[in-house]
Amino acid sequence: MRSVVIAGASLAGFSAAQALRKRGFDGTITVVGEEAHLPYQRPPLSKQFLCGEWDRSRLGLRIADGLKLEWLLDARAAALDPQRREVVLADGRRLPFDGLVVATGARARRPGWWVELGGVFTLRTVDDAQALRAHLASGGRKVVIVGAGFIGSEAAASLRSLGHDVTLVDIDPVPMHRVLGEDLGRACLRLHESHGVHPLFGAAVDAIVGSTSVEGVRLRDGRVIEADCVIVGVGAVPNVEWLRGSGLVLDDGVVCDSTCAALGAERVVAAGDVASWTHPHYGQLRIEHWENAIAQGDAAAATLLAAPGAGRPYAPVPFFWSDQYGCKLQLVGSPRRGDAMRVVEGAMDERRFVAVFERDSQLTGVFLFNSVHRVAAYRQTVAAAWAGLTAGAEA
Amino acid sequence: MKVIVDFDACMSNAQCVLAAPDVFEVREDGMLYVLQEEPPESARARVENAARLCPTQAITIEK
Ligand SMILES: Cc1cc2nc3c(=O)[nH]c(=O)nc-3n(C[C@H](O)[C@H](O)[C@H](O)COP(=O)(O)OP(=O)(O)OC[C@H]3O[C@@H](n4cnc5c(N)ncnc54)[C@H](O)[C@@H]3O)c2cc1C
Ligand code: SF4
Repeated sequence: MRSVVIAGASLAGFSAAQALRKRGFDGTITVVGEEAHLPYQRPPLSKQFLCGEWDRSRLGLRIADGLKLEWLLDARAAALDPQRREVVLADGRRLPFDGLVVATGARARRPGWWVELGGVFTLRTVDDAQALRAHLASGGRKVVIVGAGFIGSEAAASLRSLGHDVTLVDIDPVPMHRVLGEDLGRACLRLHESHGVHPLFGAAVDAIVGSTSVEGVRLRDGRVIEADCVIVGVGAVPNVEWLRGSGLVLDDGVVCDSTCAALGAERVVAAGDVASWTHPHYGQLRIEHWENAIAQGDAAAATLLAAPGAGRPYAPVPFFWSDQYGCKLQLVGSPRRGDAMRVVEGAMDERRFVAVFERDSQLTGVFLFNSVHRVAAYRQTVAAAWAGLTAGAEA
Repeated sequence: MKVIVDFDACMSNAQCVLAAPDVFEVREDGMLYVLQEEPPESARARVENAARLCPTQAITIEK
Protein backbone atom coordinates (compact mmCIF):
# COMPACT_ATOMS: atom_id res chain seq x y z
CA MET A 1 0.00 0.00 0.00
CA ARG A 2 1.55 3.29 -1.15
CA SER A 3 -1.19 5.85 -0.83
CA VAL A 4 -4.03 6.47 1.58
CA VAL A 5 -6.83 8.97 1.14
CA ILE A 6 -8.70 10.09 4.24
CA ALA A 7 -12.09 11.65 3.57
CA GLY A 8 -13.00 14.02 6.41
CA ALA A 9 -10.43 16.31 8.04
CA SER A 10 -11.66 16.24 11.60
CA LEU A 11 -11.13 14.18 14.72
CA ALA A 12 -11.46 10.64 13.38
CA GLY A 13 -9.66 11.35 10.11
CA PHE A 14 -6.75 13.06 11.85
CA SER A 15 -6.54 10.29 14.42
CA ALA A 16 -6.34 7.71 11.62
CA ALA A 17 -3.57 9.73 9.96
CA GLN A 18 -1.59 9.88 13.21
CA ALA A 19 -2.06 6.16 13.76
CA LEU A 20 -0.96 5.26 10.22
CA ARG A 21 2.30 7.15 10.75
CA LYS A 22 2.76 5.74 14.22
CA ARG A 23 2.44 2.26 12.80
CA GLY A 24 5.15 2.99 10.28
CA PHE A 25 3.17 3.76 7.11
CA ASP A 26 5.40 6.06 5.05
CA GLY A 27 3.41 6.37 1.82
CA THR A 28 1.36 9.44 0.94
CA ILE A 29 -1.58 10.44 3.12
CA THR A 30 -4.02 12.91 1.62
CA VAL A 31 -6.68 14.31 3.95
CA VAL A 32 -9.70 15.84 2.23
CA GLY A 33 -11.94 18.13 4.26
CA GLU A 34 -15.03 20.05 3.28
CA GLU A 35 -14.49 22.68 5.96
CA ALA A 36 -11.83 25.28 5.29
CA HIS A 37 -10.21 24.56 8.67
CA LEU A 38 -7.59 22.20 9.98
CA PRO A 39 -9.02 19.78 12.59
CA TYR A 40 -10.40 21.45 15.70
CA GLN A 41 -12.25 20.60 18.88
CA ARG A 42 -16.03 20.57 18.58
CA PRO A 43 -16.88 19.99 22.27
CA PRO A 44 -16.08 23.60 23.31
CA LEU A 45 -18.43 24.96 20.61
CA SER A 46 -21.39 24.48 22.94
CA LYS A 47 -19.34 25.19 26.08
CA GLN A 48 -16.28 27.49 26.50
CA PHE A 49 -16.42 28.89 22.98
CA LEU A 50 -20.13 29.69 23.10
CA CYS A 51 -19.71 31.34 26.51
CA GLY A 52 -17.00 33.52 25.08
CA GLU A 53 -14.40 32.15 27.50
CA TRP A 54 -12.32 30.76 24.67
CA ASP A 55 -11.56 32.25 21.33
CA ARG A 56 -11.10 30.48 18.08
CA SER A 57 -7.33 30.17 18.34
CA ARG A 58 -7.73 27.70 21.23
CA LEU A 59 -9.81 25.23 19.26
CA GLY A 60 -7.20 23.78 16.91
CA LEU A 61 -5.89 20.26 17.48
CA ARG A 62 -2.14 19.97 17.93
CA ILE A 63 -0.59 18.67 14.74
CA ALA A 64 2.91 17.31 15.30
CA ASP A 65 5.66 18.22 12.87
CA GLY A 66 6.86 15.49 10.61
CA LEU A 67 3.53 13.77 9.98
CA LYS A 68 3.82 14.67 6.29
CA LEU A 69 0.13 14.94 5.63
CA GLU A 70 -1.24 16.50 2.51
CA TRP A 71 -4.28 18.58 3.45
CA LEU A 72 -6.90 19.33 0.83
CA LEU A 73 -9.22 21.68 2.68
CA ASP A 74 -12.34 23.41 1.47
CA ALA A 75 -12.65 20.39 -0.83
CA ARG A 76 -15.60 18.03 -0.82
CA ALA A 77 -15.45 14.37 -1.76
CA ALA A 78 -18.38 13.95 -4.15
CA ALA A 79 -18.08 10.28 -5.13
CA LEU A 80 -16.13 7.07 -4.74
CA ASP A 81 -15.23 5.21 -7.91
CA PRO A 82 -14.77 1.63 -6.70
CA GLN A 83 -13.39 0.21 -9.99
CA ARG A 84 -10.65 2.77 -10.45
CA ARG A 85 -10.22 3.17 -6.69
CA GLU A 86 -10.48 6.93 -6.80
CA VAL A 87 -12.16 9.56 -4.71
CA VAL A 88 -13.75 12.14 -6.98
CA LEU A 89 -13.88 15.67 -5.61
CA ALA A 90 -16.70 18.12 -6.22
CA ASP A 91 -14.41 20.19 -8.47
CA GLY A 92 -13.68 17.14 -10.63
CA ARG A 93 -10.22 16.29 -9.29
CA ARG A 94 -9.64 12.56 -8.85
CA LEU A 95 -7.55 11.11 -6.02
CA PRO A 96 -6.36 7.54 -6.62
CA PHE A 97 -5.79 5.49 -3.48
CA ASP A 98 -4.63 2.08 -2.33
CA GLY A 99 -6.42 2.49 0.99
CA LEU A 100 -9.33 4.74 1.97
CA VAL A 101 -10.46 5.94 5.40
CA VAL A 102 -14.03 7.25 5.45
CA ALA A 103 -14.27 9.80 8.26
CA THR A 104 -16.87 12.23 6.98
CA GLY A 105 -18.61 12.44 10.35
CA ALA A 106 -22.11 13.74 10.76
CA ARG A 107 -23.97 17.00 10.29
CA ALA A 108 -26.71 18.67 12.27
CA ARG A 109 -30.08 17.25 11.35
CA ARG A 110 -32.45 19.76 9.76
CA PRO A 111 -36.04 18.79 10.47
CA GLY A 112 -38.78 19.17 7.86
CA TRP A 113 -39.80 22.58 9.24
CA TRP A 114 -36.28 23.99 9.01
CA VAL A 115 -35.97 27.29 7.13
CA GLU A 116 -32.90 29.32 6.27
CA LEU A 117 -33.63 32.56 8.14
CA GLY A 118 -31.67 35.17 10.07
CA GLY A 119 -31.39 34.16 13.72
CA VAL A 120 -31.89 30.41 13.12
CA PHE A 121 -28.88 28.23 13.89
CA THR A 122 -27.55 24.72 14.20
CA LEU A 123 -24.42 24.00 16.22
CA ARG A 124 -21.99 21.62 14.57
CA THR A 125 -19.11 23.57 13.08
CA VAL A 126 -16.95 26.44 14.27
CA ASP A 127 -18.57 28.58 11.59
CA ASP A 128 -22.00 27.76 13.06
CA ALA A 129 -20.77 28.66 16.53
CA GLN A 130 -19.10 31.84 15.36
CA ALA A 131 -22.25 33.02 13.61
CA LEU A 132 -24.32 32.22 16.70
CA ARG A 133 -21.90 34.09 18.93
CA ALA A 134 -22.04 37.13 16.67
CA HIS A 135 -25.83 37.09 16.75
CA LEU A 136 -25.85 36.90 20.55
CA ALA A 137 -23.19 39.57 21.00
CA SER A 138 -25.70 42.40 21.36
CA GLY A 139 -26.93 40.65 24.53
CA GLY A 140 -30.38 40.14 26.02
CA ARG A 141 -31.70 37.76 23.39
CA LYS A 142 -34.84 35.74 23.71
CA VAL A 143 -33.64 32.31 22.69
CA VAL A 144 -35.58 29.15 21.92
CA ILE A 145 -33.53 25.97 21.84
CA VAL A 146 -35.28 23.12 20.08
CA GLY A 147 -33.98 19.75 21.24
CA ALA A 148 -32.74 18.95 24.76
CA GLY A 149 -30.13 16.37 23.89
CA PHE A 150 -26.61 17.00 25.07
CA ILE A 151 -25.82 19.80 22.64
CA GLY A 152 -29.11 21.64 23.25
CA SER A 153 -28.70 21.21 27.00
CA GLU A 154 -25.14 22.52 26.97
CA ALA A 155 -26.15 25.45 24.80
CA ALA A 156 -28.92 26.27 27.30
CA ALA A 157 -26.40 26.27 30.15
CA SER A 158 -23.93 28.44 28.24
CA LEU A 159 -26.56 30.97 27.20
CA ARG A 160 -27.96 31.24 30.72
CA SER A 161 -24.47 32.02 31.97
CA LEU A 162 -24.47 34.93 29.50
CA GLY A 163 -27.84 36.11 30.82
CA HIS A 164 -29.98 35.35 27.78
CA ASP A 165 -33.60 34.33 28.22
CA VAL A 166 -33.77 30.63 27.31
CA THR A 167 -36.71 28.39 26.52
CA LEU A 168 -35.79 24.73 26.03
CA VAL A 169 -38.31 22.81 23.93
CA ASP A 170 -38.42 19.08 23.33
CA ILE A 171 -41.00 16.57 22.20
CA ASP A 172 -39.81 14.15 24.90
CA PRO A 173 -40.96 14.51 28.54
CA VAL A 174 -37.51 15.36 29.96
CA PRO A 175 -34.03 16.37 28.68
CA MET A 176 -31.63 13.67 27.41
CA HIS A 177 -34.57 11.28 27.54
CA ARG A 178 -33.41 8.93 24.79
CA VAL A 179 -30.06 8.33 26.45
CA LEU A 180 -30.82 8.61 30.16
CA GLY A 181 -34.49 7.72 30.50
CA GLU A 182 -37.19 9.41 32.55
CA ASP A 183 -35.77 9.59 36.09
CA LEU A 184 -32.27 10.81 35.26
CA GLY A 185 -33.75 13.12 32.64
CA ARG A 186 -35.90 14.65 35.38
CA ALA A 187 -32.77 15.38 37.42
CA CYS A 188 -31.41 17.21 34.36
CA LEU A 189 -34.70 19.09 34.02
CA ARG A 190 -34.43 20.33 37.62
CA LEU A 191 -30.93 21.53 36.85
CA HIS A 192 -32.19 23.65 33.94
CA GLU A 193 -35.10 24.98 36.01
CA SER A 194 -32.90 25.98 38.90
CA HIS A 195 -30.87 28.07 36.44
CA GLY A 196 -33.90 29.91 35.15
CA VAL A 197 -34.53 28.06 31.88
CA HIS A 198 -38.17 27.96 30.76
CA PRO A 199 -38.82 24.28 30.08
CA LEU A 200 -41.33 23.25 27.44
CA PHE A 201 -41.37 19.46 27.28
CA GLY A 202 -43.70 17.12 25.45
CA ALA A 203 -44.09 19.94 22.92
CA ALA A 204 -43.60 19.47 19.17
CA VAL A 205 -42.33 22.37 17.07
CA ASP A 206 -43.83 22.41 13.60
CA ALA A 207 -42.70 25.71 12.12
CA ILE A 208 -40.31 28.57 12.40
CA VAL A 209 -42.09 31.92 12.28
CA GLY A 210 -40.63 35.07 10.74
CA SER A 211 -40.23 36.87 7.44
CA THR A 212 -36.87 38.65 7.27
CA SER A 213 -35.53 37.30 10.54
CA VAL A 214 -36.84 34.82 13.04
CA GLU A 215 -39.77 35.85 15.25
CA GLY A 216 -40.46 32.59 17.01
CA VAL A 217 -41.39 28.93 16.71
CA ARG A 218 -44.88 27.53 16.31
CA LEU A 219 -45.90 24.44 18.22
CA ARG A 220 -48.17 21.75 16.82
CA ASP A 221 -50.96 22.94 19.14
CA GLY A 222 -50.80 26.35 17.46
CA ARG A 223 -49.02 28.25 20.23
CA VAL A 224 -46.21 30.54 19.10
CA ILE A 225 -43.16 30.99 21.31
CA GLU A 226 -41.52 34.32 20.56
CA ALA A 227 -37.81 34.37 19.93
CA ASP A 228 -35.14 36.43 18.22
CA CYS A 229 -32.77 33.49 18.18
CA VAL A 230 -33.58 29.81 17.55
CA ILE A 231 -31.05 27.00 17.94
CA VAL A 232 -32.07 23.67 16.47
CA GLY A 233 -30.31 20.72 18.11
CA VAL A 234 -32.30 17.70 17.06
CA GLY A 235 -29.59 15.16 16.39
CA ALA A 236 -27.03 14.42 13.72
CA VAL A 237 -27.10 12.63 10.35
CA PRO A 238 -24.06 10.67 9.11
CA ASN A 239 -22.48 12.15 5.95
CA VAL A 240 -22.75 9.19 3.57
CA GLU A 241 -24.53 10.68 0.56
CA TRP A 242 -21.28 10.95 -1.40
CA LEU A 243 -20.87 7.16 -1.17
CA ARG A 244 -24.19 6.25 -2.77
CA GLY A 245 -23.70 3.86 -5.69
CA SER A 246 -20.12 3.07 -4.65
CA GLY A 247 -20.88 -0.46 -3.52
CA LEU A 248 -20.35 0.37 0.14
CA VAL A 249 -23.18 -0.73 2.38
CA LEU A 250 -24.95 2.32 3.84
CA ASP A 251 -27.48 2.07 6.64
CA ASP A 252 -27.42 4.84 9.23
CA GLY A 253 -23.71 5.27 8.43
CA VAL A 254 -21.08 3.26 6.61
CA VAL A 255 -21.65 -0.34 7.64
CA CYS A 256 -18.47 -2.08 8.80
CA ASP A 257 -17.51 -5.43 10.25
CA SER A 258 -16.09 -5.72 13.76
CA THR A 259 -12.65 -4.49 12.60
CA CYS A 260 -14.01 -1.25 11.05
CA ALA A 261 -13.51 -2.60 7.51
CA ALA A 262 -16.33 -1.27 5.32
CA LEU A 263 -18.58 -3.90 3.76
CA GLY A 264 -18.67 -3.91 -0.01
CA ALA A 265 -15.09 -2.87 -0.81
CA GLU A 266 -11.50 -3.92 -0.24
CA ARG A 267 -9.13 -1.81 1.86
CA VAL A 268 -11.74 0.74 2.82
CA VAL A 269 -12.28 1.44 6.51
CA ALA A 270 -14.47 3.90 8.42
CA ALA A 271 -14.17 5.66 11.77
CA GLY A 272 -15.93 8.20 13.96
CA ASP A 273 -19.47 9.56 13.78
CA VAL A 274 -19.99 8.15 10.26
CA ALA A 275 -19.07 4.53 11.09
CA SER A 276 -21.60 1.89 12.06
CA TRP A 277 -19.63 -1.20 13.02
CA THR A 278 -20.34 -4.54 14.64
CA HIS A 279 -19.28 -4.14 18.24
CA PRO A 280 -18.44 -7.62 19.54
CA HIS A 281 -20.56 -7.00 22.62
CA TYR A 282 -23.28 -4.52 21.61
CA GLY A 283 -23.86 -5.48 17.99
CA GLN A 284 -24.29 -2.80 15.30
CA LEU A 285 -23.35 0.53 16.84
CA ARG A 286 -22.62 4.08 15.71
CA ILE A 287 -21.16 6.40 18.34
CA GLU A 288 -21.15 10.20 18.11
CA HIS A 289 -18.57 11.04 20.75
CA TRP A 290 -15.08 12.42 21.12
CA GLU A 291 -13.20 9.46 22.54
CA ASN A 292 -14.65 7.05 20.01
CA ALA A 293 -13.62 9.22 17.07
CA ILE A 294 -9.99 9.03 18.23
CA ALA A 295 -9.94 5.38 19.29
CA GLN A 296 -11.81 4.20 16.21
CA GLY A 297 -9.46 6.22 14.01
CA ASP A 298 -6.63 4.15 15.54
CA ALA A 299 -8.50 0.89 15.07
CA ALA A 300 -9.42 1.65 11.47
CA ALA A 301 -5.81 2.56 10.63
CA ALA A 302 -4.60 -0.72 12.13
CA THR A 303 -7.12 -2.66 10.05
CA LEU A 304 -6.11 -0.83 6.89
CA LEU A 305 -2.47 -1.81 7.42
CA ALA A 306 -3.23 -5.44 8.33
CA ALA A 307 -3.56 -8.16 5.73
CA PRO A 308 -7.16 -8.39 4.41
CA GLY A 309 -9.27 -10.22 6.97
CA ALA A 310 -6.54 -10.03 9.63
CA GLY A 311 -7.78 -6.89 11.43
CA ARG A 312 -8.59 -7.03 15.12
CA PRO A 313 -12.12 -6.40 16.45
CA TYR A 314 -12.71 -2.93 17.86
CA ALA A 315 -14.46 -3.38 21.21
CA PRO A 316 -14.38 -0.22 23.33
CA VAL A 317 -16.45 0.49 26.42
CA PRO A 318 -18.27 3.58 25.13
CA PHE A 319 -17.76 6.79 27.11
CA PHE A 320 -18.90 10.37 26.86
CA TRP A 321 -19.11 13.41 29.05
CA SER A 322 -21.18 16.55 29.01
CA ASP A 323 -20.67 19.74 31.02
CA GLN A 324 -23.76 21.68 32.06
CA TYR A 325 -23.95 24.51 34.63
CA GLY A 326 -20.61 23.48 36.05
CA CYS A 327 -21.86 19.91 36.58
CA LYS A 328 -20.06 16.90 35.11
CA LEU A 329 -22.27 14.30 33.45
CA GLN A 330 -20.62 11.11 32.25
CA LEU A 331 -21.96 7.94 30.73
CA VAL A 332 -20.05 4.68 30.48
CA GLY A 333 -21.32 1.71 28.47
CA SER A 334 -24.34 1.70 26.22
CA PRO A 335 -27.62 1.41 28.09
CA ARG A 336 -30.71 0.91 25.99
CA ARG A 337 -34.23 2.19 26.35
CA GLY A 338 -36.08 0.25 29.01
CA ASP A 339 -33.02 -0.85 31.01
CA ALA A 340 -33.65 -0.68 34.78
CA MET A 341 -31.85 2.21 36.52
CA ARG A 342 -30.94 2.58 40.18
CA VAL A 343 -28.78 5.00 42.16
CA VAL A 344 -25.89 3.17 43.83
CA GLU A 345 -23.84 6.05 45.27
CA GLY A 346 -24.84 9.47 46.57
CA ALA A 347 -28.27 10.93 45.93
CA MET A 348 -29.91 12.73 43.02
CA ASP A 349 -30.99 15.66 45.24
CA GLU A 350 -27.41 16.20 46.33
CA ARG A 351 -26.39 16.56 42.69
CA ARG A 352 -23.65 14.03 43.24
CA PHE A 353 -24.49 10.44 42.46
CA VAL A 354 -23.79 7.33 40.43
CA ALA A 355 -26.57 5.31 38.78
CA VAL A 356 -26.29 1.93 37.10
CA PHE A 357 -28.37 0.57 34.22
CA GLU A 358 -29.19 -3.13 34.10
CA ARG A 359 -30.97 -5.48 31.76
CA ASP A 360 -31.79 -9.00 32.87
CA SER A 361 -29.68 -8.20 35.95
CA GLN A 362 -26.62 -7.60 33.71
CA LEU A 363 -24.87 -4.24 33.96
CA THR A 364 -25.29 -2.27 30.69
CA GLY A 365 -24.08 1.19 31.68
CA VAL A 366 -23.19 3.64 34.42
CA PHE A 367 -24.18 7.29 34.67
CA LEU A 368 -22.05 9.55 36.85
CA PHE A 369 -23.15 12.98 38.01
CA ASN A 370 -20.39 15.10 39.58
CA SER A 371 -18.56 11.88 40.37
CA VAL A 372 -15.62 12.06 37.98
CA HIS A 373 -13.33 10.42 40.54
CA ARG A 374 -15.31 7.20 40.09
CA VAL A 375 -15.35 6.98 36.30
CA ALA A 376 -12.20 4.90 35.82
CA ALA A 377 -13.34 2.29 38.33
CA TYR A 378 -16.79 2.06 36.76
CA ARG A 379 -15.41 1.70 33.27
CA GLN A 380 -13.54 -1.35 34.52
CA THR A 381 -16.70 -2.65 36.13
CA VAL A 382 -18.57 -2.39 32.83
CA ALA A 383 -15.74 -4.14 30.96
CA ALA A 384 -15.57 -6.85 33.62
CA ALA A 385 -19.33 -7.38 33.34
CA TRP A 386 -18.92 -8.28 29.63
CA ALA A 387 -15.96 -10.50 30.33
CA GLY A 388 -18.16 -12.34 32.83
CA LEU A 389 -20.89 -12.60 30.20
CA THR A 390 -18.53 -14.04 27.59
CA ALA A 391 -17.07 -16.50 30.07
CA GLY A 392 -20.61 -17.48 31.06
CA ALA A 393 -21.58 -18.03 27.43
CA GLU A 394 -18.58 -20.24 26.82
CA ALA A 395 -19.03 -22.31 29.97
CA MET B 1 9.77 12.59 29.98
CA LYS B 2 7.99 15.45 31.73
CA VAL B 3 4.21 15.84 31.88
CA ILE B 4 2.80 19.37 31.98
CA VAL B 5 -0.88 20.11 32.46
CA ASP B 6 -2.42 23.49 31.74
CA PHE B 7 -4.81 23.55 34.67
CA ASP B 8 -6.63 26.59 33.31
CA ALA B 9 -7.66 24.56 30.28
CA CYS B 10 -8.36 21.31 32.16
CA MET B 11 -12.08 20.53 32.59
CA SER B 12 -11.57 17.50 34.80
CA ASN B 13 -13.39 15.06 32.63
CA ALA B 14 -10.88 12.26 33.26
CA GLN B 15 -10.19 11.23 29.68
CA CYS B 16 -6.51 11.17 30.65
CA VAL B 17 -7.24 9.07 33.74
CA LEU B 18 -8.92 6.47 31.56
CA ALA B 19 -5.84 6.37 29.33
CA ALA B 20 -3.08 6.48 31.98
CA PRO B 21 -4.40 5.86 35.51
CA ASP B 22 -0.87 5.48 36.87
CA VAL B 23 -0.07 9.07 35.89
CA PHE B 24 -3.34 10.98 36.22
CA GLU B 25 -6.03 10.94 38.87
CA VAL B 26 -9.21 12.93 39.44
CA ARG B 27 -9.99 12.99 43.16
CA GLU B 28 -13.16 13.46 45.12
CA ASP B 29 -12.73 17.23 45.03
CA GLY B 30 -13.20 16.95 41.26
CA MET B 31 -9.68 18.18 40.54
CA LEU B 32 -7.03 16.56 38.40
CA TYR B 33 -3.78 15.49 40.05
CA VAL B 34 -0.65 14.44 38.22
CA LEU B 35 0.66 11.44 40.15
CA GLN B 36 3.99 11.29 38.36
CA GLU B 37 5.31 14.44 36.75
CA GLU B 38 8.24 12.53 35.33
CA PRO B 39 6.83 9.09 34.57
CA PRO B 40 9.11 6.29 33.40
CA GLU B 41 9.67 5.66 29.69
CA SER B 42 7.49 2.57 30.02
CA ALA B 43 4.48 4.86 30.48
CA ARG B 44 5.17 6.87 27.32
CA ALA B 45 2.59 5.25 25.06
CA ARG B 46 -0.14 5.68 27.69
CA VAL B 47 0.79 9.30 28.42
CA GLU B 48 0.93 10.16 24.72
CA ASN B 49 -2.49 8.62 24.34
CA ALA B 50 -3.76 10.67 27.30
CA ALA B 51 -2.45 13.86 25.71
CA ARG B 52 -4.12 12.99 22.43
CA LEU B 53 -7.43 12.13 24.10
CA CYS B 54 -7.50 15.26 26.25
CA PRO B 55 -10.41 17.22 24.77
CA THR B 56 -8.94 20.59 25.72
CA GLN B 57 -5.39 19.72 24.66
CA ALA B 58 -4.29 20.60 28.20
CA ILE B 59 -1.50 18.01 28.40
CA THR B 60 1.95 18.52 26.92
CA ILE B 61 4.88 16.14 27.09
CA GLU B 62 8.43 17.46 27.14
CA LYS B 63 11.21 15.29 25.74
C1 LIG C 1 -21.24 21.24 19.70
C2 LIG C 1 -20.68 19.87 19.95
C3 LIG C 1 -20.34 19.50 21.25
C4 LIG C 1 -19.82 18.22 21.50
N1 LIG C 1 -19.50 17.88 22.78
C5 LIG C 1 -19.05 16.63 23.06
C6 LIG C 1 -18.78 16.25 24.39
O1 LIG C 1 -18.91 17.03 25.34
N2 LIG C 1 -18.34 14.98 24.62
C7 LIG C 1 -18.16 14.08 23.61
O2 LIG C 1 -17.78 12.94 23.88
N3 LIG C 1 -18.43 14.42 22.33
C8 LIG C 1 -18.88 15.67 22.03
N4 LIG C 1 -19.15 16.03 20.73
C9 LIG C 1 -19.01 15.01 19.65
C10 LIG C 1 -17.64 14.98 18.97
O3 LIG C 1 -17.18 16.26 18.70
C11 LIG C 1 -17.78 14.17 17.69
O4 LIG C 1 -18.10 12.86 18.04
C12 LIG C 1 -16.53 14.20 16.83
O5 LIG C 1 -16.30 15.48 16.33
C13 LIG C 1 -16.64 13.20 15.69
O6 LIG C 1 -15.52 13.29 14.88
P1 LIG C 1 -15.55 12.79 13.35
O7 LIG C 1 -14.19 13.11 12.84
O8 LIG C 1 -16.05 11.41 13.28
O9 LIG C 1 -16.65 13.65 12.62
P2 LIG C 1 -16.79 15.23 12.43
O10 LIG C 1 -16.14 15.95 13.56
O11 LIG C 1 -18.22 15.46 12.14
O12 LIG C 1 -15.93 15.54 11.13
C14 LIG C 1 -16.25 15.14 9.85
C15 LIG C 1 -15.59 16.10 8.88
O13 LIG C 1 -15.78 15.61 7.57
C16 LIG C 1 -16.14 16.67 6.73
N5 LIG C 1 -16.89 16.14 5.59
C17 LIG C 1 -18.18 15.72 5.55
N6 LIG C 1 -18.51 15.27 4.32
C18 LIG C 1 -17.40 15.43 3.56
C19 LIG C 1 -17.10 15.14 2.21
N7 LIG C 1 -18.00 14.60 1.38
N8 LIG C 1 -15.85 15.43 1.76
C20 LIG C 1 -14.91 15.97 2.58
N9 LIG C 1 -15.15 16.24 3.87
C21 LIG C 1 -16.37 15.97 4.35
C22 LIG C 1 -16.94 17.59 7.59
O14 LIG C 1 -16.96 18.90 7.05
C23 LIG C 1 -16.20 17.49 8.92
O15 LIG C 1 -15.20 18.46 9.03
C24 LIG C 1 -19.66 17.30 20.43
C25 LIG C 1 -20.02 17.68 19.13
C26 LIG C 1 -20.52 18.95 18.88
C27 LIG C 1 -20.90 19.33 17.48
S1 SF4 D 1 -8.20 14.76 29.80
FE1 SF4 D 1 -7.49 16.89 29.79
S2 SF4 D 1 -9.27 18.08 30.45
FE2 SF4 D 1 -9.67 15.94 31.00
S3 SF4 D 1 -8.95 15.73 33.12
FE3 SF4 D 1 -7.26 15.14 31.78
S4 SF4 D 1 -6.08 17.02 31.47
FE4 SF4 D 1 -8.05 17.63 32.29
